Amino acid sequence: MAAKTRARTAEVQTFPGDTPADVLRGYYRSMSLIRNFELRSSEMYARAKIGGYCHLNLGEEATVVGLMAAINKGDYLFTGYRDHGYALMRDLEPGRVMAELFGKTTGVSGGRGGSMHMFDSEARLFGGYGIVGGQIPPATGVALAIKAKQQAGAESDAVMCLLGDGTTNIGAFHESLNLAGLWNLPIVYVIVNNRLGMGTTVEAASAEPDLYKRGASYRIPGIRVDGDDVLAVRDAAETALARARTERQPVLLELMCYRLRGHSVVDPARYRSAEETTIAQKSDPVPVFRAQLIAAGILDDAAADAIDAEIDAIVDASVEFGDASPDPDPADLFAYVYATPVANAPSALPGDPVMEAL
Amino acid sequence: MSIEAAPVTDPPATRVITYRQALNETLRAELLHDDNVFLIGEEIGVFEGSYKITAGLLTEFGPDRVVDAPIAEEGFVGAALGAAMIGMRPVVEIMTINFSLIAIDQIVNHAAKMRSMFGGQVSVPMVIRMPGGGGQQLAATHSQNLEVWFAHIPGLKVLAPSTPADAKALLTAAIRDDDPVIFIENLSLYSSKGEVPDGEQIAEIGKAAVVKEGTDLTIVSYSRGTTTALEVAHKLEAEGLSIEVVDLRSLRPLDRETICASVRKTGHAVVFEDDWLSYGIGAEISATIGEGVFDFLDAPVRRVAAAEVPLPYAKTLELAALPHAAELAKVVREVLNIAPVNSAPLEK
Repeated sequence: MAAKTRARTAEVQTFPGDTPADVLRGYYRSMSLIRNFELRSSEMYARAKIGGYCHLNLGEEATVVGLMAAINKGDYLFTGYRDHGYALMRDLEPGRVMAELFGKTTGVSGGRGGSMHMFDSEARLFGGYGIVGGQIPPATGVALAIKAKQQAGAESDAVMCLLGDGTTNIGAFHESLNLAGLWNLPIVYVIVNNRLGMGTTVEAASAEPDLYKRGASYRIPGIRVDGDDVLAVRDAAETALARARTERQPVLLELMCYRLRGHSVVDPARYRSAEETTIAQKSDPVPVFRAQLIAAGILDDAAADAIDAEIDAIVDASVEFGDASPDPDPADLFAYVYATPVANAPSALPGDPVMEAL
Repeated sequence: MSIEAAPVTDPPATRVITYRQALNETLRAELLHDDNVFLIGEEIGVFEGSYKITAGLLTEFGPDRVVDAPIAEEGFVGAALGAAMIGMRPVVEIMTINFSLIAIDQIVNHAAKMRSMFGGQVSVPMVIRMPGGGGQQLAATHSQNLEVWFAHIPGLKVLAPSTPADAKALLTAAIRDDDPVIFIENLSLYSSKGEVPDGEQIAEIGKAAVVKEGTDLTIVSYSRGTTTALEVAHKLEAEGLSIEVVDLRSLRPLDRETICASVRKTGHAVVFEDDWLSYGIGAEISATIGEGVFDFLDAPVRRVAAAEVPLPYAKTLELAALPHAAELAKVVREVLNIAPVNSAPLEK
């Protein structure tokens, strides 16, 4: 591990470039938060405090942090269902994210969405989406509305739409990229390529496994970046977002990373070879980045441990907050079905008569 | 509903116009009323709409307000949904209801669920207009009445106007509503005419209407079916039968109270629907009547619906498969247990 780390550090001649030390420490702290939060989520799932499906960002921390370092507060973010880390990086209170996993009223979506459906309108986290690729057409539509309402330029908002490698095979991906290319929309599509769609490799699923090339049909430039390199991810995303804002040029960004564990918390990933698992573990961006920072003299072990300890307390507190929060009241079951109240809206519970007897 | 109780104002002037013209004028009025309204769909601009509902609107409002989309129903329906999430008010035209199946993930899994699933933080003020209906020899894939697919889904509102006046008032209501509204039109209604009040008219969503009063039997219908129901009701009036017609107007929410109040009065009910019989709109109406006013029923509720077959092209087969006035009149008589009067038969 140590030898591998040194080799990587040596390859990146310019590390850390002109990024200030406190910003780099901040990235480490963010990666540590996601790592710790996700490990705790896995534990909470095992303890049955979290139900349903639960997909973790373990191994994708550099990708998440790099992307979220590039995005502006006013930009709209759409993600797939592997969304916890993005919610944390949009500065949502970890307690509210954990409360959503626990299905509590204090959760970011009021306990109605769960792991796959984190949403915060203020933070412009415009949703985790549980249906593969369901987010791509609406994200494209937000970009259409931005184009209609705002002038192109550095001040313009933009959209970042995340998707997985497997998602590039669905029709909505191609239809949406065509619309974005045709209409010059301010959107960056980001393929988080963790090399596996559930248990299926990219090569087994995609006739063109170089996924970034798939933008070519729509005159959308595609760029592939090492998703384990937080600075490379950040820089590529900043450049792509700038083009979206100023040129109305959609961009397709492909970030290569590894999923450290199975598809979801219940998946032991037996389809993965020992060799692949070893590669994924050696690429684990959290210890690699920590070692890089220590090698560069930006952190030492004690300072890194102090950050980890601070994060551990934050995640502890998030669990306490989730535990202490109230469950939704069944009396509010129909609260959000319609925005505009409507005559004869159904309100029968199972076993209720469909209407009052006349 | 007494006329005496109405406030003393001059009723709005009316004009006799087609259903198509009512839709066109309403779209124009709403584009003028709110800058956030825009139209999007295939062939709605340069081509002025497959059925010319959007004629003249591209010329008047330009390509940012009347957006010609490529053939990509999932893509542009979903894009309209996204625009609605940040406050635009898209009115989507899907060329026919048959193509809505290509967009159904965006409609059912996304538009309908956004508000609930995200804890009320976002609303989706969008309208999806689309015509259904058979009888034009368009064969199996282009002749469907799939409204029940959408009427089944919580979070959607589903409207199906039968007259030009309702087309105007319900479309206005739909565009100003903050929820996703599925607006069902019908190919055979586009050229139908009716009196339409001038000025702004906004219907209340979720309400059925008694469009003809009667005492012997209630026909419940919607969209094109209501025009046939009225035709049959008037025809049977000459035979001394007093038929009430309830026009559903809104398939979701469903105005069960108006349906049941009518059947409580008449004691007999027939549902006339263009969709297939099993699991159709009529099944829901029948169950509602059975549960709501069982004690007032003098006969079982009957449904007159389409034969359960992919609709063939050949005219003889198409006529055999679709429900018409003749079958409706036959079933009305059967429910009332009376023999047909020897009069001119109703046309197929």
